[in-house]
Amino acid sequence: MIIIKGVGASPGIAIGKAYVLEDEEIVVTRTEIPRDRLRAEVARFRAAQKATHRDLDNAEAKVLKLLGKNHAKLIDAHRLILRDTLITKDVPQRILGEGVNAEFALSEALEAVNQQFEKLEDEFFRERRHDLFDVGKRLLAHLLKHTRRSLGDIDHPCVLIARNLLPSDTINLKESRILGFATDLGGKTSHTAILAQSLEIPAVVGLSDVSRRVKSGDMVILDGEQGLVIISPTAEAVAKYEKAQAQEVKAERELESLKGLPAVTLDDKRFQLEVNLDTPEEMKSVLALQVDGIGLFRTEYLYLNRTTSPTEEEQTKAYMAVAKAMAPRPVVIRTADIGGDRLTQMGIEGPKNETNPFMGLRGVRLFLRHLDLFKTQLRAILRATVKGNVKIMIPMVSAVAEVQAVRRLLAQAVAELQAEGVETPKNVELGIMVEIPSAAVLLDAFLPHCDFVSVGTNDLIQYTLAVDRVNENVTHLYDPFHPAVLRLIQHVVTVAHRAGKWVGVCGEMTSDPHAVPLLVGMGCDSLSISPRMFLRVKETVRNLRAAVMAKLVAKAVTCSDSEEIRRLMREQGL
Amino acid sequence: MIKKTLIMTPKLGLHAKPAGMFVRESCRFQSEIMLCKDGTEVNGKSVMQLMLLAAECGAKVILCITGPDEVEALAAIEQLFVRKFDEE
Repeated sequence: MIIIKGVGASPGIAIGKAYVLEDEEIVVTRTEIPRDRLRAEVARFRAAQKATHRDLDNAEAKVLKLLGKNHAKLIDAHRLILRDTLITKDVPQRILGEGVNAEFALSEALEAVNQQFEKLEDEFFRERRHDLFDVGKRLLAHLLKHTRRSLGDIDHPCVLIARNLLPSDTINLKESRILGFATDLGGKTSHTAILAQSLEIPAVVGLSDVSRRVKSGDMVILDGEQGLVIISPTAEAVAKYEKAQAQEVKAERELESLKGLPAVTLDDKRFQLEVNLDTPEEMKSVLALQVDGIGLFRTEYLYLNRTTSPTEEEQTKAYMAVAKAMAPRPVVIRTADIGGDRLTQMGIEGPKNETNPFMGLRGVRLFLRHLDLFKTQLRAILRATVKGNVKIMIPMVSAVAEVQAVRRLLAQAVAELQAEGVETPKNVELGIMVEIPSAAVLLDAFLPHCDFVSVGTNDLIQYTLAVDRVNENVTHLYDPFHPAVLRLIQHVVTVAHRAGKWVGVCGEMTSDPHAVPLLVGMGCDSLSISPRMFLRVKETVRNLRAAVMAKLVAKAVTCSDSEEIRRLMREQGL
Repeated sequence: MIKKTLIMTPKLGLHAKPAGMFVRESCRFQSEIMLCKDGTEVNGKSVMQLMLLAAECGAKVILCITGPDEVEALAAIEQLFVRKFDEE
C-alpha cells in the first residue's frame, strides 16, 4: 500500500481500478520547408485551425447541455485564444519567416507565451496557461492527424489517473463512467478542479508523479477531501474507505430527509430556522433547503466593485425577486453595512484612511451622513414589501437617536412613495442589529422604537472582547463561549421578550452546532444560519431538549471562563 | 482618447472566461482599446494578453480607449464590470 499526498480538488471518495491515461507526448520535429511550398504549409495550418473551431463548437454544445451557459463561456474563451493574433499572425509569420513546418512554428509560438506565463508571480494566473495548452494540443493533433483517444471509450467504472487533464477532457468525464480522477499537475483553482467540483466528481491534483506510479488495473482509493491517493490499498484500508463512503451517503441522505421538517426540539419547542443570504444568486439552493425565512439578507453586494451607487430600480428588482420567492415566509433585509472606502470607490465623498474602520463610519452611521443613499435603499425595500413578507433591519446601532432618525426617514420615504402613487404598505417592521455592546446593555431604551432585534454575534463578540478577528496576535481571544458574551445575549433575549418583541440571532455562532444548544437554551426565537450548515443545525435542534438547555444556560452564565462552559457541555454530551 | 480607472470585479480576476467576455465586447468597436495594470499595457482585443496581465479581483486597472466610437465602447465595457462579468 502506498499513500501519496496531493491537493484535494473536489471532495468525495472513489474506490476502484485505475485507468491510466498515458500522456500524449506529441513529438514535434523541426522540418525545413522549401520556399515554394511555404504557402501550402500556411494553408495546412489554416485548415487545422478550422478543424479546431469545429471541435470547439461541438465541445460548446456539450457543455451547454451538461453544465449550462456560464461554463460554456470557457469554450468561447478558447475560441478567442484560437483567434488571438498569437496564433493567427505569429504562427504563419514563423512558418514564412523561418521556413519551417507548421507544427514546429506552433510549438515555438506556444512556448514563447508559456515563458511569459512562467514569469507571473501569481500561481492562479500562471495556471491559466493550461487554457492555451488545451487549444494548442487540439491544433497540433489536427496538424499531425493525430486522433486523440476519447475518454468516452472507457467502458467500465474506473478511477482515471493522468499526467494532466485539460478542461476539455474534464467536460467528457460525466458521460464516461469515471468514479474520480487524480493528476500529477494542477492546483485547486485550475479550471479542471472547478469543473470537477461542479460535476461532483471526486478529484485529487498536484500529485507530482502518480501517473508513473500507478498502472492501469491497479486498485486505488481516491480521497478528495484529504487530497490522498492510496495505491494497492490493504483490505482494511478498502473496508475503512467503503465504510466512510457509505457513511457519507447515509449522512447526506439523513440530512436531506430533514428538509421540510419543522425545527422543533424533543420537548416540542419550535424555532424559526432561517438562512443568511449574501446575494440573490444563492436563492436557488436556499429554496431547495426549504428554510423558514431569510433572517439576514446582506445587501452589501449591491455596493461592491462599482463606480456608481445602485439605483432604486436596480435595488427594488433585487429585493422583489427575493421577497416573492420566499413569500409568505419572512425576509429581513439589512440596510447596507458598508464603510467609507466603498463610497470613495463609487465616486462619493467619504472618509479616507480611517485608522480603525471597524469603529469608524460604517453601517447606519455612514448612511445617516448620506441620507440620499439611505433613502434610496429604504424606498427600494418599501417597494419590495408588496411582493412578500419583508422586514427592515438597521446595522451598527449604538444610540437610540439613530433608530429615531431612521424612523423619521422611513416615514418620509413612505409618505413620498404614497404621494407618487406607488403601492406601499402602511406598516413595515423595523428591527435593529444588536452588535454593539451599548445596544445590548441599554436594550430596554431601544425597544419602544423597534419591532424586533437580531443579535449579530460576530461583531458583538469582537466589540465586547475588543478583539480584531483578523489580527493574528489576538485571534485566540475571540471566543463565542466567553461568559460575558453569553450573559449579554441572554440579557437581550430576556429584555426583548419582556417587552413582547422577538429576538433573532445571526452571525457565525448560529452555524456552529456546538454553540446552537446555548442559543436554544436562551430561548432565541429565530436563528439565521449560513445555508451550508442549515440542515446540520436543524439536526442539532431536533435532538435537543429546550428545557434541559435552559438549565444549562443558567449554569453557563455563572461560569468564570469559557473552558468551564465547554466542560459543562461535554458532560451533557454536547 | 478617454481613460477610466476600474476595479476588477470577477471573483477570480481576469481569467479565461471574463477575459473572453472582455474581448467579445471590445471587438464590437472600431476604437483601439488598451487595458493597463501596474504600468503594463495590453491590447484589449487579445484574450492571451489580457490573461497575461494577471489582474486579480480588486485590482485597479486603467482602460484607455482611442477612436471614433470610444464613448460607446467605454460604456459597454464599464457595464461588464458593473455586471461583474455575469458570474454566477
